[in-house]
Amino acid sequence: MKLKSKIIAAPYLVWMTAFIVAPLLMVLYFAFTDKAGRFTLENLSGLSQYTPVFVRSILLAAIATVICLVLAYPLSFMLSRLREGKQRIMLMLVMLPMWMNFLLRTYAWMTLLERNGLINRFLGLFGVGPLNMINTQGAVVLGMVYNYLPYMILPLYTIMVKIDDSLIEAAQDLGAGRVHTLTKVLLPLSVPGITTGITMVFVPSISTFIISRMLGGGSNLLIGDLIELQFLGNSYNYNLGSAMSLVLMVVVLLCMSFTNQLDNENKEGGVV
Amino acid sequence: MDNNTIIALKNIVVDFDGEAVLNGLSLDIHDKEFVTLLGPSGCGKTTTLRVIGGFLEPKSGSVFFNAKDITHLPPYKRQVNTVFQKYALFPHLNVYENVAFGLRLRKVDEKELKTRVLEMLEMVGLRGFERRNPVTLSGGQQQRVAIARALVNHPKVLLLDEPLGALDLKLRKEMQGELKRIQQNADITFIYVTHDQEEALTMSDTVVVMNGGYIQQIGSPVDIYNEPENAFVADFIGESNILSGVMERDFSVEFAGRQFTCVDKGFAKRALVDVVVRPEDIQVVPAIQGQLSGVVKSVIFKGVHYEMIVEQAGTNWKIHSTQAQQPGQIIGMSIGPDEIHIMHKMED
Repeated sequence: MKLKSKIIAAPYLVWMTAFIVAPLLMVLYFAFTDKAGRFTLENLSGLSQYTPVFVRSILLAAIATVICLVLAYPLSFMLSRLREGKQRIMLMLVMLPMWMNFLLRTYAWMTLLERNGLINRFLGLFGVGPLNMINTQGAVVLGMVYNYLPYMILPLYTIMVKIDDSLIEAAQDLGAGRVHTLTKVLLPLSVPGITTGITMVFVPSISTFIISRMLGGGSNLLIGDLIELQFLGNSYNYNLGSAMSLVLMVVVLLCMSFTNQLDNENKEGGVV
Repeated sequence: MDNNTIIALKNIVVDFDGEAVLNGLSLDIHDKEFVTLLGPSGCGKTTTLRVIGGFLEPKSGSVFFNAKDITHLPPYKRQVNTVFQKYALFPHLNVYENVAFGLRLRKVDEKELKTRVLEMLEMVGLRGFERRNPVTLSGGQQQRVAIARALVNHPKVLLLDEPLGALDLKLRKEMQGELKRIQQNADITFIYVTHDQEEALTMSDTVVVMNGGYIQQIGSPVDIYNEPENAFVADFIGESNILSGVMERDFSVEFAGRQFTCVDKGFAKRALVDVVVRPEDIQVVPAIQGQLSGVVKSVIFKGVHYEMIVEQAGTNWKIHSTQAQQPGQIIGMSIGPDEIHIMHKMED
């Protein structure tokens, strides 16, 4: 039995080694060497000049994650209380944008937000604007929220359909109004969905480069853009790029361990 | 509605997607009574309970609590607590916090809260389980946590939705006695929903038999069993032989092809009636001595008694007797006037 399950797992182990472990080791290697292959810490120490970019990336990703959570939470709850047939239709609508190409979706926002874009032209009819929307941090956050919102909705919805109506009714029965039902029952029970959702939105948001390039213009570079520049762009310095990736990974891991902490605390239950 | 009425339902109508579940149901429930809503699934008993709990607003009709209209009051403002069918214990809280949930919302101070919670756990026999997570408890224990969680709030009325449904037979019997004891100790009203007629007869002061969104009969367990008002109640409560008959005149009824003396009167002359005879009320006698005679078709041993199916002129009679007969044997059946229950024919 044990041998059998090992055999079944073998293809994935090969895959993992070839495409996850090996590249990670390469990143590690390049981050600590210079172009000639000698050990150096310069790549990492040189990163301090990019601190504002790191801070901006974390901040924008965090804002986008919070907005996603606030939007997705009530929506997911509503979804989970619909009848099964309606649930399926609504879930399809949630996922519909994901069937379209990511670049296309982001391009669409460019044409909407542009100075001569659809929104400004519409506002012009009422004598408003034109508003400066494209190439702002707001546009970048909007792009993140729009693209990653389904990744927040799905885990929240998955956890909420498992919360039985009778638990909500029990809370009301014991004297909880809407607010207390939310804070004392619904939120604690949906923590696993919240942490998964946060991870699934925060991680791609913090490492994105397409959204920031297309909607943020040149002035709102994120870490993702910097990394891309080191590998494909003019700067071409994959040692520096690896160092950046490494730091980004550490940032992400720190954030994830923080949310996991939240999850674990919740599992221990109340105290006497 | 007299002074002793704690909950009164007036002409409650509930429908789901246009399908009527309760058809103008009216019911008075007295203080400190153990009332059971009894009926087959889909009869509207759980719906009635949900209307009282406030989880379902009726399409029309009113709910009164101590003569105050609470029809539109949300559940959290009602002095009523519920023990849910599947207990609905909070999985993120331990036993202590589950029981303390209602008191914390009411901002009861920590010292009193602790006394009351521990007292309640003591009462349901779960002292020492405070720190356990409810999902690690057995069905019977979870059941008792659910009861403690509801009772700790000192409700005037406790609603119980088939609380013993998930337990095995032995535990169910134990919990029946336990619940009755708890109700008497707490000295409050219990409204209990079940489809198990034996459970209803064992525990209740008053049984409300329901079917198809209507109340069929309200009465004490003894009345319901001995004096069923119609064939549905007779059939649902205990086992019955139900035959069509004609009321010849007062104290005389014709069924199964002959005249019987009975104790009922006041029916129209030659009125069509349902005649109900309990299987244990039929005496087996030698063939020539019986009012009716028939052939034994099958005999099943049921523990306390034998259950026999006897065919008489095309009718299959169910008879309970402590003496077994042989299949194929011809026996006589004798039915005393007291054992013949006559009721108006059901319209259907």
